Amino acid sequence: MHFKYAHEIKDLLIKKEVSAEEVVKSSIERIKEVDGKIDAFLEVFEEDAIENAKSVDKKIANGEEVGALAGIPMAIKDNICLKNQKTTCASKILENFTSPYDATVVRKLKESDAIIIGRLNMDEFAMGSSTENSSIKKTKNPYDLERVPGGSSGGSAASVAAGEVYFSLGSDTGGSIRQPASLCGVVGFKPTYGRVSRYGLVAFASSLDQIGPFTRDVEDCALVLNTICGKDNLDSTSANVDVEDFTTYLNKDIKGIRVGLPKEYFGEGIDEGVKREVEKAVEALKLLGAEVKEISLPMSKYSLPVYYILSSSEASSNLARFDGIRYGYRADEFEDLVDLYVKSRSIGFGSEVKRRIMLGTYALSSGYYDAYYKKALKVKRLIIEEFKRAFEEVDLIVSPTSPSVAFKFGEKADDPLKMYLSDVCTVPVNIAGLPAVSMPVGLSEGLPVGLQIIGNYFQEGKILSLASSIEKIVNFNARPLI
Amino acid sequence: MEFEAVIGLEIHAELSTKSKIFCGCTTEFGGEVNTHCCPVCLGLPGALPVLNKAVVDYAIKAGIALNCNINKETYMARKNYFYPDAPKNYQITQHETPLCSEGFVEVETEEGLKKIRIERIHIEEDAGKALHEGDASFIDFNRSGVPLIEIVTRPDMRSPQEARMFFEKLRSILLYTEVSDCKMQEGSLRCDANVSIRPKGSKEFGVKTEIKNMNSFKALEKALEFEIERQINAVRNGERIVQETRRWDESKGQTIVMRSKEEAHDYRYFPEPDMVYLVVDDNWIEDIKSNMPELPDQKRKRYIENYNLPEYDAEIITASKELAAFFEEAVANGGNPKSISNWIMGEVLRTLNDREMEITDVKFKPADLVKLIELVEKGTISNTIAKKVFADMFETGKQPEKIVEEKGLVQISDEGAIRDIVNKVLDENPQSIEDFKNGKTKAMGFLVGQIMKASKGKANPQLVNKLLDEEIRKR
Repeated sequence: MHFKYAHEIKDLLIKKEVSAEEVVKSSIERIKEVDGKIDAFLEVFEEDAIENAKSVDKKIANGEEVGALAGIPMAIKDNICLKNQKTTCASKILENFTSPYDATVVRKLKESDAIIIGRLNMDEFAMGSSTENSSIKKTKNPYDLERVPGGSSGGSAASVAAGEVYFSLGSDTGGSIRQPASLCGVVGFKPTYGRVSRYGLVAFASSLDQIGPFTRDVEDCALVLNTICGKDNLDSTSANVDVEDFTTYLNKDIKGIRVGLPKEYFGEGIDEGVKREVEKAVEALKLLGAEVKEISLPMSKYSLPVYYILSSSEASSNLARFDGIRYGYRADEFEDLVDLYVKSRSIGFGSEVKRRIMLGTYALSSGYYDAYYKKALKVKRLIIEEFKRAFEEVDLIVSPTSPSVAFKFGEKADDPLKMYLSDVCTVPVNIAGLPAVSMPVGLSEGLPVGLQIIGNYFQEGKILSLASSIEKIVNFNARPLI
Repeated sequence: MEFEAVIGLEIHAELSTKSKIFCGCTTEFGGEVNTHCCPVCLGLPGALPVLNKAVVDYAIKAGIALNCNINKETYMARKNYFYPDAPKNYQITQHETPLCSEGFVEVETEEGLKKIRIERIHIEEDAGKALHEGDASFIDFNRSGVPLIEIVTRPDMRSPQEARMFFEKLRSILLYTEVSDCKMQEGSLRCDANVSIRPKGSKEFGVKTEIKNMNSFKALEKALEFEIERQINAVRNGERIVQETRRWDESKGQTIVMRSKEEAHDYRYFPEPDMVYLVVDDNWIEDIKSNMPELPDQKRKRYIENYNLPEYDAEIITASKELAAFFEEAVANGGNPKSISNWIMGEVLRTLNDREMEITDVKFKPADLVKLIELVEKGTISNTIAKKVFADMFETGKQPEKIVEEKGLVQISDEGAIRDIVNKVLDENPQSIEDFKNGKTKAMGFLVGQIMKASKGKANPQLVNKLLDEEIRKR
């Protein structure tokens, strides 16, 4: 049962062939069995989950209407607030923070009767590409325990890949959903900026962050998007765009659909194995009648510096509230107020987070604002315009998600710049605020390869259409041996 | 060398909206500590601000009342600094794009009407409040997220008196528009001043100091007087003025250094990424314009034109919205505007000032004041008696006719009765008659006083004068 899809579980529950309680218990068993090796979970809410499953069963038994995700075990990245549970962002500074409120996505999941089964590991404050920056533990790639699951939503990707839960939520600021999805062989979707409310997501970089799902297939992805998307009055950047039923986009004829391959995304730095598998998927697209052509996105090469300036600037400000005064970690000994701030933050934050706070503080300081922050905003504008022009030519853009398959622990950890290159194909999408998915299309050296499909604003449906067609043809059915 | 002061003000006014600027919590003053709070105004991880439309309405209203341009596309910015009662360690405010800019206020100075220019009005959030008990410190976040406007003037004021007059006028305008309740003792209206001096006639600006958080008109005036004097003395002694922030110590009567420029902050302003642009269209502005109340300047002009009030009376009565309303209700009850104004400018304001009361505290009605004036004009009571009746009205709220009736204060206009009193007083004061005849006119006044006293003030003064004149000639 562990490797069934959420939509299959849903059918079984409705047909009463299985109870929610049984499903949840089996997930918990699976977690007990494998999570010691993978370390995806920071906490499992065993009792709560079983309680909630029982009440879903009761509803089904009484013939009451249940939500679209009723009885399905899932888990959330530890930067999404869940009432009366800890939300730590895998950091020391928030190790004892209990959220007094639910994030909007959590409220929606609860309303759809999904069973939130636990909190998932991540890079501290979502900064990283390997989940090696968690202050708590390192999550392992289920395909190879010597390798990283990607990041920062490594726990979210690994838990789904390992059959612990049927889906999970992560957050994507520069590729933090798509890159770990690619490295773990699952589907990871980053919706259009504003499509999913950020209310209750502990902010890393407000103008780039977006919550999205990890699932095992495209249909599940559509199902979860149906639940979490939509305008939220608690988030002023939330988009007032109708949410269609995304499952209606699945299994459609994609004949004549125009697909662009940006040559810059297939160039230097992309592993041969990755390129090979992605190109196979592209060939499959041609067979289905898609019009594939090469395009050029030359501005994309500036995405990484723009990303690091903008995201670090916002992070330096967003993380200022963690000062040891009101909640979270406070240094034991301090001289005065400033010393209290300095010590609490010096001890409470990990080195990657501190590196970015320093970078962001520098970029925003009055002497350098124009040279860095303002300049980055201008280049952001150019990147957006370049994508807009591209989408006049093509309907969708396809590329590798990650330049390489999952790498070994420590391989890039000592060289931040090398690590930052992991997100080279995903970052431009966040800069522009576009929707994109990563889906598994093959294996290279026994490790999953992800394909990225980028769509125009609010064209999640079109992306799902193409993804479901590719899914059928490539028939990725690898499972981790764990 | 003669010096002149150059003064600019920065005024913070709390808006009277019912809910906070970025969430639905109440803005009510007081309340048990930390009870008017939610994740947003506590700046909890994950919470996001959503701009309250009413805040924009209020700020636009203030902008219109202060003759500003309303900027149609603006954005909120973050001002980053660490402070224990700032829950996010940044304040959401406006930086490069204030909602309103380039306005002015007209102030009646000794040299005539003067325009004080307003550089900008922007909207922002208030912080919480630190409470200290012994060694421990606590924070109350009830005020966190209360909406403010900051009004920044150009350095157009040249004396502490001018600054005070401007501040008073500004407060009156904010009260008229009901944008803020302007309760200075509750901190809902606060004033910072930038002040420098320069040789009279010079065009250059001197080095300025900033005086923080003055919360009364008197404090503003006194602090500026002290600071200007201090700067002049310093320059005369060959010292240099340093740019610094000072505060006004009421008890010592002096300004004291808080921090010098070396410690100045780099606030690292940048556009608030949790919010979209604030776009205000013409309809929005027109809608607010069409609902503007009559403002003090318009009212003043109308009083002068329609009621023939002197400039001075009109200025004083319109300075307070409530006083103006009282005046207008009295006029509406058929009183003579000038007589009403005389009474308001005289007895009413004097009594209110003596008792430190507001016009809204009085027990009697504007119509009662009109009736009192009528009683005098009809000759039922004298002006002297009227003042006594007024004091009674003020105390009890009773109608003037009732007081006159109950206390038997009706004026004596019976010639015979008055003539009797006159003769009795003359009989008792032969020396005064002698003095009068010897040309001492003062004696006449004394006799009138005695007659009024004997009649308990009720004798008609005109008759007293006439009959005294007649009787004294007979002797």
